[in-house]
Amino acid sequence: MAPFYKYGFFGDEMSLVLAFVLGTGFGFFLERAGFGSARKLAAQFYLFDMSVFKVMFTAIVTAMLGVTYLGWLGWLDLSLVYLVPTHLVPQIVGGLVLGVGFVVGGYCPGTSVASLATGRVDGFVYAFGIGAGTLAYAEVYPWLKEFVNSNDMGQVTLPEVFNLPWGLLVFAVVMIAVAGFSAATLIERRIGDKS
Amino acid sequence: MSSDHRPAVMPGTDRPASPYWNPYVAGIGLGLVLLAAFVLVGRGLGASGAFSSTVAWLVSLVAPAHAQSNEYLQGYLGDGTTHPLKAWLVFEVLGVMAGALFSGLLAGRARIAVEKGPRVSTAVRLLCAFAGGILMAFGAHLARGCTSGQALTGGALLNVGSWAFMLMVFVGGYSVAWFMRWQWR
Repeated sequence: MAPFYKYGFFGDEMSLVLAFVLGTGFGFFLERAGFGSARKLAAQFYLFDMSVFKVMFTAIVTAMLGVTYLGWLGWLDLSLVYLVPTHLVPQIVGGLVLGVGFVVGGYCPGTSVASLATGRVDGFVYAFGIGAGTLAYAEVYPWLKEFVNSNDMGQVTLPEVFNLPWGLLVFAVVMIAVAGFSAATLIERRIGDKS
Repeated sequence: MSSDHRPAVMPGTDRPASPYWNPYVAGIGLGLVLLAAFVLVGRGLGASGAFSSTVAWLVSLVAPAHAQSNEYLQGYLGDGTTHPLKAWLVFEVLGVMAGALFSGLLAGRARIAVEKGPRVSTAVRLLCAFAGGILMAFGAHLARGCTSGQALTGGALLNVGSWAFMLMVFVGGYSVAWFMRWQWR
């Protein structure tokens, strides 16, 4: 029965080994997709190359279908997979700020690591900026603490909030993704022809 | 807008860098790694948490008293019984470095360079990268995760906050993209 770690199949030390191994796969596919390059990542926001959307949603759909089927087969207890608690307003504001940071700097934390590992100086400077920002955040945390912890909805999923079957939401996400992929390819062609 | 975003020729060789993988193939690979994390460890992937652990550790070296008195950093230092860098996300991010470097070397894309458009100076590009990193840190802390820990991981688990976050990342990005286009064109 999975998750194996939560069922005590192995201990903390082994989970750290797996962290490294899983990270290796993560970094490999990020770099394969071209996400070690800020130009490739930023292109998403200028519409001529929407790989960010395509890779992200393909990954989300793949993992979502995986947990869904494994759950239905009774092999994976989804309630034991960690969910980040929802704090709607701080997460909406955080998403906006992060999106701006993505376009200004050209990376997100994971992609900046892939970028600096392949020798990109801007990726290294970006990661350094994250470090500086984290240090600054730690200093102002007493003033932000109340806001960050506001709106606590706990660990909650879309099917629970909308009171809809899990399978229906999964189906909807797959449909939205497929429609999104076609739209993205159309937009890429339009914008690509113009430039 | 230039569509020249293919990897450049590797310096010192005649071998051009390999093209990037098809986004759907790379996406399935990424999704399977994420699924493996759910099944094996019961958690998803992440990145920003590793930065927090590293910063907390560095501050504890330089100014131990300050690190101990800071509520946020204290959360990453714990009770002192385990090393602050002995954290799941730190090991995962070390793996990301190794995996990305392996892929980059294999494809002839690993080289010292600055990713930027032809019309922007290196200094300005690096300044933007630094500023973007600072904004990213604040965004990720407010949202309790970044593109990997929230959007990717929470997206696949149909987490409410993750989907709200993901939508707003695109809104935030597209709303300032026009003003930053000189960095890439």
